[in-house]
Amino acid sequence: MNKVLMKGNEAIGEAAIRAGCLNYFAYPITPQSEVAEYLSKRMPEVGGVFLQGESEVAVSYMIFGAAACGERVFTTSSSPGISLMSEGISYIVGAECPAVFVNIMRGGPGLGGILPSQADYLQATKGIGHGDCRLLVMAPASVQEAVEMVMMAFPLAEKYRNPVIILGDGLIGQMMEPVVFPDHLKSAPSNKDDWATSGMETRKSNKRNLVKSLYLDPEALNAHNLKLKAKYDRMKEEEIRYVTYNTEGDYSVLIVSYGTMSRVCRSALESLKTQGLEVALVRPQTLFPFPEKAVFDAASKESCRHVLSVEMSMGQMVEDIERSVQGKRPVSWYGKCGGEVPTPEEVMDAVKDLMRT
Amino acid sequence: MAKTFLKPKCLSDQETHYCPGCTHGIIHRLVAEAIDALGIAGRTVGIAPVGCAVICYNYFTFDFQEAAHGRAPAMATGIKRVRPDLMVFTYQGDGDLASIGMGEIVHAANRGEKFTTVFVNNAVYGMTGGQMAPTTMPDQKTTTTPFGRRVEEVGMPVRMAELLATLSTPGYISRQAVLAPKYVLRAKKAIRKAFQYQMENRCFSFVEVISTCPTNWGMTPTEAIDWAQKTMLPYYPLGDLKTPEPVKEG
Repeated sequence: MNKVLMKGNEAIGEAAIRAGCLNYFAYPITPQSEVAEYLSKRMPEVGGVFLQGESEVAVSYMIFGAAACGERVFTTSSSPGISLMSEGISYIVGAECPAVFVNIMRGGPGLGGILPSQADYLQATKGIGHGDCRLLVMAPASVQEAVEMVMMAFPLAEKYRNPVIILGDGLIGQMMEPVVFPDHLKSAPSNKDDWATSGMETRKSNKRNLVKSLYLDPEALNAHNLKLKAKYDRMKEEEIRYVTYNTEGDYSVLIVSYGTMSRVCRSALESLKTQGLEVALVRPQTLFPFPEKAVFDAASKESCRHVLSVEMSMGQMVEDIERSVQGKRPVSWYGKCGGEVPTPEEVMDAVKDLMRT
Repeated sequence: MAKTFLKPKCLSDQETHYCPGCTHGIIHRLVAEAIDALGIAGRTVGIAPVGCAVICYNYFTFDFQEAAHGRAPAMATGIKRVRPDLMVFTYQGDGDLASIGMGEIVHAANRGEKFTTVFVNNAVYGMTGGQMAPTTMPDQKTTTTPFGRRVEEVGMPVRMAELLATLSTPGYISRQAVLAPKYVLRAKKAIRKAFQYQMENRCFSFVEVISTCPTNWGMTPTEAIDWAQKTMLPYYPLGDLKTPEPVKEG
């Protein structure tokens, strides 16, 4: 397939279709409404389902109902909308259904703003819903990567029978970049006969299926949570993804940054290099599971004096970095949270300040 | 000796957890009879609410999903949109449907989603211990209206069937009761019709069923039946509020 120039939000919609997901339910919210606008035209062309729900709360349950039938389904939203969906997300996790959520983050808290942000890090990685509830969290740094992650997300959600969330900052949705779409995914959800409410007569077993999250017996609920924990532990074993930059030689500062922010950090890294200042970068592609070992290894390099988290939030990733670094190096934070993306120069200044200490 | 009265095939053998005198058992049976009569158990998905009927899936033998409080119509929407061939019904109480789930039922009905809702109205929250519902009658005592429902503070009870019948799209809106055999027979017909319309892919179908809750009303089952007839039926009149346009011949 040829390279096409596409807006991130539209590319995300197209990627889902190419991942074999023909079911989309959504509620409009800036800065990602273009996904719904795009799919309202595109889904009818491919015989898919497009429905604008009455609220994000309702949409999360449309996703639940469809996912529980064993059909590929996804939605997109932005920060306040994801808060409303978090009830449904918890039920979907509890009921072990696969689904894909995309959060094109805007500033918060409350209505916040409509400009890019990364301030839903903790929500996505630690607090996406009530109960012991985790999602696999992937953070793209380009429109191309957003497309690839959306296409990976469906088989991953099905592998774990657990939702996957793509955490993109507003820029990922709004900017136009060249994209090459990978081939269509030919796979379909497997083993769904064991659990999906697809209608008894569609299955050989003739056994009825029940999709639920209620376990009134304490032993049964504990066993259920242990089963969910085993899935999260398996994600930590098998799904950690990250990219490192400039970690081969010596460096005095390690930056950890993801999404669009990491691209600014790469520019800063290159400019600092021309000034004879060596900085390394670890870019997590999965935020849960977090690339703990990669961050630990990079921070443990003898020449490394400081670790800097650069993010468009008030330092939400710092705790994960500190946990990974295990006290070996001091961890500090630089970022902005009003919708402005820090410039390479600002990142360079923050790095130089650290080098002076 | 010939058997003249059988348990519907799609009701399980499990004993229910419902209180003595509760009418959920009758309504479960009416739903099961409709599904058996239409021969659709193999492609039916029920959606359980939050409330007393939260584990009603234990009493049916076909596929079931369990909703969050009030969200069953959104789940049913999700199912019907991606699998229009499935027969889908939500089974919801008054706290679930008329309070926390008011938005979901109104919009699903207004979109004309082709599923069936069985709405059990017993004028009280049952499972949580008898608190006021939107359908609680004026002056009715509940655990959160110890002096009776004061309508000047919390308004008059919501008439869901009438409210939904104001919408242009929903096709079949009916209110029935299970307070005496004659009512049960009419409710049976209405529920059967509701599923029939869904089978024909004609419309959203909604059957409200006036029911009793002797435990939370603090009454014996027979007192509860009498109270519902005297107090609820005048405010919640029975019958079809809306029926779909007849199918045009040829």
